[in-house]
Amino acid sequence: MNYIILKSIEPVPACAGMVNGFFFVKEIKMKIHYGLLLLLLSAFVMCGCSRDSEKEKVASTPVVSDTTVVSDTATESETPVAVTAPEPVQEITLMTHDSFSVSADVISLFEKAHNAKVIFLKAGDAGEALNKAILSRNNPLADVFYGVDNTFLSRALAADMFIPHLSEHLSDVDDSLKLDPSHGLLPVDFGDVCLNYDRKWFETHEMVPPAMLEDLIKPQYKGLLVIENPATSSPGLAFLLATISRFGEAGYLDFWKQLKANDVLITSGWKEAYWGKFSAASDGDRPLVVSYASSPAAEVFYAKEKPAQSPTGVILGHGSAFRQIEFAGILKGTDQEILAGKLLDFLLSPDFQADIPLQMFVFPANKKAVLPEVFQKHARITPEPATLSANLIQSHRDLWLSQWTELML
Amino acid sequence: MKKRFTISPAVLAGVIPLVFLSLFYFYPLAGILFKSFFSQGDFSLSSSGYVVQSKRMASIVWFTLWQAGVSTLLTLVIALPCAYVMANFNFRWKKLFMTLATIPFVLPTIVVAAAFQALAGEKGLLGNMAAEQSLAMIFVAHMFYNFSVVLRIVVGFWSAIGPQMREAGAMLGATPVQILFRITLPLLKPAIFAASFLVFIFCFSSFGVILILGGPEFSTIEVEIYRQAAHLFNLPVAAMLSLLQIVITFAMMWVYTALQKRLVQFSPDTEAVSAKTPSGVMEKCMVGGCVGFITCFCLCPMLSLVIKSLWVEGGISLIFYKSLFYNVSGSIFYVPPVRAMGNSLMFAMATLGMALVVGGCAAVVTHGAKGRFAGFLDPLFMLPLSTSAVTLGFGMIITLDAPPLNLRTSPFLVPVVHTLVAFPFVMRSVLPALRSIPNSLREAATMLGASPGKVWFHVDLPIIGRALTVGAVFAFTISLGEFGATLFTARPEYATIPVAIYRFLGQPGATNYGQAMAVSSLLMLVTAAGFMVIEKVRPQGHEGF
Repeated sequence: MNYIILKSIEPVPACAGMVNGFFFVKEIKMKIHYGLLLLLLSAFVMCGCSRDSEKEKVASTPVVSDTTVVSDTATESETPVAVTAPEPVQEITLMTHDSFSVSADVISLFEKAHNAKVIFLKAGDAGEALNKAILSRNNPLADVFYGVDNTFLSRALAADMFIPHLSEHLSDVDDSLKLDPSHGLLPVDFGDVCLNYDRKWFETHEMVPPAMLEDLIKPQYKGLLVIENPATSSPGLAFLLATISRFGEAGYLDFWKQLKANDVLITSGWKEAYWGKFSAASDGDRPLVVSYASSPAAEVFYAKEKPAQSPTGVILGHGSAFRQIEFAGILKGTDQEILAGKLLDFLLSPDFQADIPLQMFVFPANKKAVLPEVFQKHARITPEPATLSANLIQSHRDLWLSQWTELML
Repeated sequence: MKKRFTISPAVLAGVIPLVFLSLFYFYPLAGILFKSFFSQGDFSLSSSGYVVQSKRMASIVWFTLWQAGVSTLLTLVIALPCAYVMANFNFRWKKLFMTLATIPFVLPTIVVAAAFQALAGEKGLLGNMAAEQSLAMIFVAHMFYNFSVVLRIVVGFWSAIGPQMREAGAMLGATPVQILFRITLPLLKPAIFAASFLVFIFCFSSFGVILILGGPEFSTIEVEIYRQAAHLFNLPVAAMLSLLQIVITFAMMWVYTALQKRLVQFSPDTEAVSAKTPSGVMEKCMVGGCVGFITCFCLCPMLSLVIKSLWVEGGISLIFYKSLFYNVSGSIFYVPPVRAMGNSLMFAMATLGMALVVGGCAAVVTHGAKGRFAGFLDPLFMLPLSTSAVTLGFGMIITLDAPPLNLRTSPFLVPVVHTLVAFPFVMRSVLPALRSIPNSLREAATMLGASPGKVWFHVDLPIIGRALTVGAVFAFTISLGEFGATLFTARPEYATIPVAIYRFLGQPGATNYGQAMAVSSLLMLVTAAGFMVIEKVRPQGHEGF
C-alpha cells in the first residue's frame, strides 16, 4: 500500500522548484528512494522473520504477501517447504519463563531421536508466563509448559489445563516433590530460597553470620540484610512464606515489624538486590541477601579463576529456607499429544535432568541425574525446608501480601 | 478548492495509521478488557468499586500524576538551555554531544541503576551521594532518560526558525530578554508542548525506573497493573486501572489540544543561516556550559559502565569481551554478540520504517482533518504510549490467535509492538513542523498547477524532513532498548542485545556481571553508530527542512 503511493509519485516531472527556490526535485526523489529502501528493508525483515516462525505457516503468509515486492523473498520463503518435504520434521513448542535454559547438545538428543524441532517460547517471569498460558488455554500457544512453581500450583490446577501424564521417570522422583495427585503437573526441579552471606565481609568484621531467621532481628545484624519485595519477586515471596511457616500466621507480622526496626532493605527484584546491594556481588553494602542455596555454586562456576571456596555462603538451618518446586505439564488442546508426552518424559529423563544444575542453578527432581562437581561441592539442600500447602498459599497469598505491604512499605 | 486540496491526501494517509492501530492496538485491548470484565458472565462491579474506594489506589494515581509532572518540569529546566545552545551555535563535536545525550534512551533500567551506583553509590567515584532508592533517584533517572526527547524535538524545530524575526525585533529596540520571551519562545511553543507532552506520558507510564530505582515503596498505575495482572492475576482490577490510564491520557491530550491555539506561522529557514559560531565570552561560556553539562550528566554514567566492563581485578582487560564469544554453559539460549547485534539492528530498521510511515501519515491526517472528528484523532494516536504493556500483551495473546492474524509467536510482532510505542514520537516531532508551514506556500504551488499529492511531496515533505529524522532517531532507539516484546518471541535465534544483558544478569557470578556490562557497552556503541547512519541518510546539500 505504502509502496504503491510512493511508487506512483516517483515519475513526477520537475514542476515544483519554485517557492523561494527552496525545493529541488532531485532531493525529493532521493528522499523517496530512501523511503523505498526502508520499506524494502522492513519487507525483507518481515519475510525473513516469518520464514521459520510459525507452527502454522498459514498465519504469517498473508502478512508477507502484502509486502512481497521483491521476487527474492518470495522464493526464499518457499525453499524450506521444498527441502523438508520428504520427511517432515515435527515442530513442538515448549512455553516457559525467562530463567529457563538448556544445553544445545541435550535438546538435540531429543530432536534427533524423534525427528522433531523444539521451539521455545519465553513468556516473561514465572507469574506472567503462567498467566499467559491460562489466558490462552482455549487456543494454546504451546504443547508443553515448563515452570509452574509451588506458589502458583493451585492457580494452575484450578485452570484445568494440563493433560495427566504418568511418566516412566516419576518413580525416580522423591515423593515429597509430587504435589499434584492427578499427575497433570510433574515435578521437574527444585531449589531452596535462603539467606546468602558475604564470607569476606563477615571475616573482616570478625562476626559470625546469623544461623536462623530469629538471629536477623538481633542488634548486631542491624542494617545488613537486603530482601526482595514479595509482591514483585518470586524469591521474595518464598522468603515471606518461610517466615510464615516458621512463625505461623499469628506471629510472622511481629517478626517483620522487628526486622523493619532492624533496618532491612527491600528491593523490587532479585537482580536489584543481588547486583545492586549485595556486598559480595556489587558496589552495595549489604552482606546478607535473599537468594538461592545454589547461588554459591554459580559464583564458583562463573568466577574468573575457580576458587576452592565460594565467596558466598548460605544459611539453611531451622526452617529458614523455603523449597521452590517447579513443575511441567502437557497443555490441553495440543494437537501432538503423543510427541508432547515424549517431550515431557525427556524433561524428566536423566539426560535433561543432569543438565539442569548448570543451566538454571536449581536441583534436578530425578534422583538418578548425576550432579556436576561444582554442585556437589558448593550447592546445598536444606534437610528441613520450610513448607506450606499449595492450597493455603493460593487462598491466603493476597491477604499475606497486602498485610506485608501495609506493614513494610 | 482549498478544502479539496487539504483533505484528500490527508484522508488517504489516515487509512494507514488507523488500520494499524485497529489491528494491533484497539482489537487486542478490546479483547482483554471484554474478557476481564465479562469472563464470569456478568459485569463485575465489585472490582471497579475496589479500585474507586481503595485509598491505596487513590494515592497511587496521585503519585503517578505528580511525579510525572515534576519529572517533566525538571527535564524542561535542564534541556531547554542546552537546546538553545545546540540550535543557535555551531561548534566542534556538536553531533557527537547530541548523540551522547540520546544514548541513555536505550539503556535497560537495571544497567542505568548500576551506572548510577558506580558513580554515586557507597563505593562510587563521587563518594556516597545517596544513590539509595528514593524519590530523587526517580527524578534523576527520568531526566536522564528524557533529556534527549526535549533536546532533539526542540532543537529540530528551533533550527528552522530563521534569525529574521529576532533581527527585526532587535532593530525595533527589543532587548535580548524581550526577544526571547516575546518572539522565540512563542514561536517554539508547539515544539516545547509536544516534547513536554511526550515526556509527561513517558513518566506517567513509567515502570522500570519506579520499580528498580525508586524501590518498592513507590508505585505508579503501570507498576500496579503489572502487579495485579502478572502476580495476583486480578484481571478485572488490572483492566480497570488500564482503562483509567487511558482515560487520563485522553483527557490530558484534550487539554493539550485546546491549549494549542492558532499558532504563529513562519517561513522555515535553513540550518546554515540560523546557527553561528560562538563569539564573545558570554556565548563561549554558554557553549562550554552545555558541553560540560552533557559530559557530566550523560557521558559519565555511560563511561562508568564501560570502565566496569574493562576493569578486572585492578587492571584493564578485555576478558569479558572475549568471553562473550564463548558459550560457557553450552546453553541453547546463548547469544553470540554479533547475532544479537544483527537481530537488534534488524528489528530497529523494521521499526524505523514502519514508525516513519505510520507516524508520518498520522501527523498528516491529524494536521489535515477538520471538524469534530479531528479533535479525536490527536489523542487517539497518543494512547498506545500510555497503555500498560502487560495488558496489551495479554490482549494480543487472546485476540491475535487465529489466521490471518495468528501473530502471537511470530517475530513480526516485535517491530509491530515497537512501532506502537515509536510512532507517536514520529508524529509529535512532525506535527509542529507541518503546522509551521504557511498555507501560502501550498496555495502558490497549487496555483502553479500542482496536484494535491504533488504539493504534499514537494512542499510539505521537504520541510518536515528534519522532523522525520528526529522521529527516526527515536524509533530506532526505542526499538533497540525495548525488552518486553522482544522477550516474548525470544526464541534463541531472535535474541537481541537487551535480551542478552538480562540473560547474563539472571544468574550469580562475577563473569556474568562483567559480560552484562560489556554487552551494555556494545549496545551504546551500536546505538551511536546507528545515529550516525541515520543522520547520513538524510539528504545532504539540502540543509535542514
